[in-house]
Amino acid sequence: MSYTINVNGQPRTVEVEADTPLLWVLRDELELKGSKFGCGMGLCGACTVHIDGRASRSCVTPVSAVGDAKITTIEAIGDSEAGKKLQDAWLALDVMQCGYCQAGQIMTAAALLTRTAQPTDQDIDDAMSGNLCRCATYTRIRAAIKQAAGLPTEDKREMA
Amino acid sequence: MSPSDLDRAHRPAGAQQSGVSRRTFLKAGAAVGGGFMLDFSIPAFAHFAGSGPAASATLNAYIRIMPNGETFIVNKNPEIGQGIKTSFPMIIAEELDVAWKDVRAEDAEVDPVRYGGQFAGGSLSIPMNYDLLRRVGAAARLMLVTAAAHDWNVPVEECETADGVVSHKGRNRQATYGQLAGQAARVPPPNPATVKLKDPKDFKIIGKPIGGVDSPRIVKGEPIFGIDVTVPGMKYAVYEKCPVYNGKFVSANLDEVKALPGVRGVYVIKGNVTALDAGLYNGLTDGVAIVADKWHQANRALGKLQVKWDEGETAKHSTRGFVAKDAELAKNPAETSLKKDGDVDQALKGAAKVLEARYEVPFVNHSALEPMNTTVAIRNGKVEIWSPTQMPGGGKTAVSKLLGIPEPDITLHVTRSGGGFGRRLSNDFMVEAAAIAKAHGEPVKLLRNRRQDVQSGVFRAGGFHHFQAGLDATGKLTAFRDHFVTFSNSGKVAGSATLGATEFPAGFVPNLDLGFSMMPLDIPTGPMRAPGSNTLAFAYQSFLDELAHAAGKDPLQFQLDLLGPAKKPAVNKTQFGEQVGFDNARMAVVLKAVAEKSGWGKKLPKGTGMGLACYFSHQGYFAEVVQASVNRKSGEVHVEKVWVAGDVGRQIVNPSPGNNQVEGATIDGVSQALAQALTFTDGRVVQSNFHDYPLLRMHQAPKVEVHFVMTDNNPTGLGEPALPPVVPALTNAIFAATGRRVRTLPINAGELKGFA
Repeated sequence: MSYTINVNGQPRTVEVEADTPLLWVLRDELELKGSKFGCGMGLCGACTVHIDGRASRSCVTPVSAVGDAKITTIEAIGDSEAGKKLQDAWLALDVMQCGYCQAGQIMTAAALLTRTAQPTDQDIDDAMSGNLCRCATYTRIRAAIKQAAGLPTEDKREMA
Repeated sequence: MSPSDLDRAHRPAGAQQSGVSRRTFLKAGAAVGGGFMLDFSIPAFAHFAGSGPAASATLNAYIRIMPNGETFIVNKNPEIGQGIKTSFPMIIAEELDVAWKDVRAEDAEVDPVRYGGQFAGGSLSIPMNYDLLRRVGAAARLMLVTAAAHDWNVPVEECETADGVVSHKGRNRQATYGQLAGQAARVPPPNPATVKLKDPKDFKIIGKPIGGVDSPRIVKGEPIFGIDVTVPGMKYAVYEKCPVYNGKFVSANLDEVKALPGVRGVYVIKGNVTALDAGLYNGLTDGVAIVADKWHQANRALGKLQVKWDEGETAKHSTRGFVAKDAELAKNPAETSLKKDGDVDQALKGAAKVLEARYEVPFVNHSALEPMNTTVAIRNGKVEIWSPTQMPGGGKTAVSKLLGIPEPDITLHVTRSGGGFGRRLSNDFMVEAAAIAKAHGEPVKLLRNRRQDVQSGVFRAGGFHHFQAGLDATGKLTAFRDHFVTFSNSGKVAGSATLGATEFPAGFVPNLDLGFSMMPLDIPTGPMRAPGSNTLAFAYQSFLDELAHAAGKDPLQFQLDLLGPAKKPAVNKTQFGEQVGFDNARMAVVLKAVAEKSGWGKKLPKGTGMGLACYFSHQGYFAEVVQASVNRKSGEVHVEKVWVAGDVGRQIVNPSPGNNQVEGATIDGVSQALAQALTFTDGRVVQSNFHDYPLLRMHQAPKVEVHFVMTDNNPTGLGEPALPPVVPALTNAIFAATGRRVRTLPINAGELKGFA
């Protein structure tokens, strides 16, 4: 089947079977390798892209379901204000260890900041809990989201 | 060298690991570089003029300088997220005396002649290379200064350097490294053993937090991981093996699968593994390879593949069976004695209090987020490999054997790894990719799906501890016994399923008996982040906490009393260089530090508690306090905060990834303790993905506060030693909160609910 989908502002036409996950269209048809394969079941968030601005798991999104929605990937997230601020904060706080999950983390965080410009710790927990970081850089991911939002980076979660 | 060698890296004296023969040891020594840490005869320092791009000048195997001053510095070891691609060039750049902004970090080819050992394991990169790399930088700096001094006709000693410029104050002369590099490359390399090193107080780069050199590319999604490799004409492959390890292929619906969309070939591949050799899992086991135009097509076709396997005896393995066998073995004394001091039985008879406890840890999987993968191209008898591996040398050798192609005809590019944790010390995936590329005849990228990655592991072995201990009337520990029930592969201790004769409190209790018994296991096990230590710390430090409470002592005071007055630590020669054994004084210092930082002893509300534990591994000393609360109704554990005090010597090379490793390792340990267990039924791994093998998520991640205690000891690694103590610190906190003792991992909330 032939599908024309809008990726990072460009119409792109691919010849793939209808059940091909968007992730593999991006990675292997369009050579956009930034979105990562982790689980194939929408459990880890490494494949997160924006579909019409919503953080979505591309590994469980068949290409046939995309229609004329606008897809944004990590490769273009720096063109948005929130995306650029997040990338800068990620580098300033040296968030990553292996880095494999971080594209997905940034994509989910960008959707969060677009929706909620000044997130609380609870907002961050709610938005980010679908994205696994095996290296467990959660402390710095939390701080970097706050820094990108112009907030103090301190972890204010309550303790006994 | 094999992964099991790395087990011993942190437990050199009396370690019980029979997986490596003397022959292997000697061979391994040669592969690692035959004492390259001290022997500077390796060509790292020799001339490589003309080996770099035109107009650049190569000073040694690590350093190439452009006329504009851009300085290319090679990182020789695999980058798996520990930050070595940044830290190694920092060390060289410091002594070379260049500005960090002019440094470009490059990945090395796998070349043991130039670089000696190239691996990421055992938290050994820094202890094995810190001094060497400083000398690499200092020797190159001296060559640049010598070139300038010759040019200006002044003594070398009168020249100074800073930020890539040589200057002579008296003559008011200066020249950039870029200008001097061509001449410097013709200066005879100085003796690196005697070259002058900087006074650490003058460091401008080492000790400063510097961001990862690849990070700017990662935040933009550039393709730098193994999974991102693309080679012209490449096809994609999946490889399905028997769900029972090393099961043999019998038959399959190959023709049906061949006809599926995009499939270009289906191949039955025969394995070469005859018996498990503890710690060396570079072998090939039977499987069916599906090669397709695209990975999704190969993976989808896998759903239609039906294979009949001969599962063999391994199908009789089960978690339930392991537990039953443990009960049987525990009835008898330990089969093998590791250490006997005094008379434990006699001391127990005379003890005021005797405690007995059984501890159990499960098998776990590494779960690196980037599934195992490798790309292989075989053309005209030459092999090119792109692989996210931690142990490239072992992979290259295994591929050479498999294909019958000599190692010099194999080029191995080590890509960035999406997490390692020890899994990539075994190169089974590289060997499989090579076999498939050979069968198919075109370049192939092999990628495992998550189910395959979970189930086709080299697992952290489970194990069982049967403790007995005695306290005298004053609460002093007088007798200590552990009968460790573990696993064997082919009659030897299974990979990383070890206990050493130096395990604390060995040497600190007058009557002590450490020994082990084994049950056979035909499933691969191997090193996972802080191998051995990641289970031993839980069992030993939890039981010591039990003893502290039984003695009516504060756990901190009990540990300090047990450590006693400072003793002179042993110095052990190992294949990884000289290593200093357990230093009780260093441990006492980090214990006191973490107690102070955490406010140890403060009053907490009911259902909330603090737990303390400490552990020595990978030459690092870590003491940790966990504050956790337990929900009385559900038994759910909430880990609020971890305080860490660590001593890894006099220098943290790069504090940014250094802190990140400690934060990550502690949260990793919490993640394991809370939820991770692999179980076996009919020889198969039951779990398959992150729904039934959960990793800790953002909302569960505790706050982590890290403090380094700086001591005048050689710098050691940070990838691993922060992990082991967090697990018992957590279970000890649960005891403080609930009065219930966790003796089996993972923590079972059902057993905690309704605490009094």
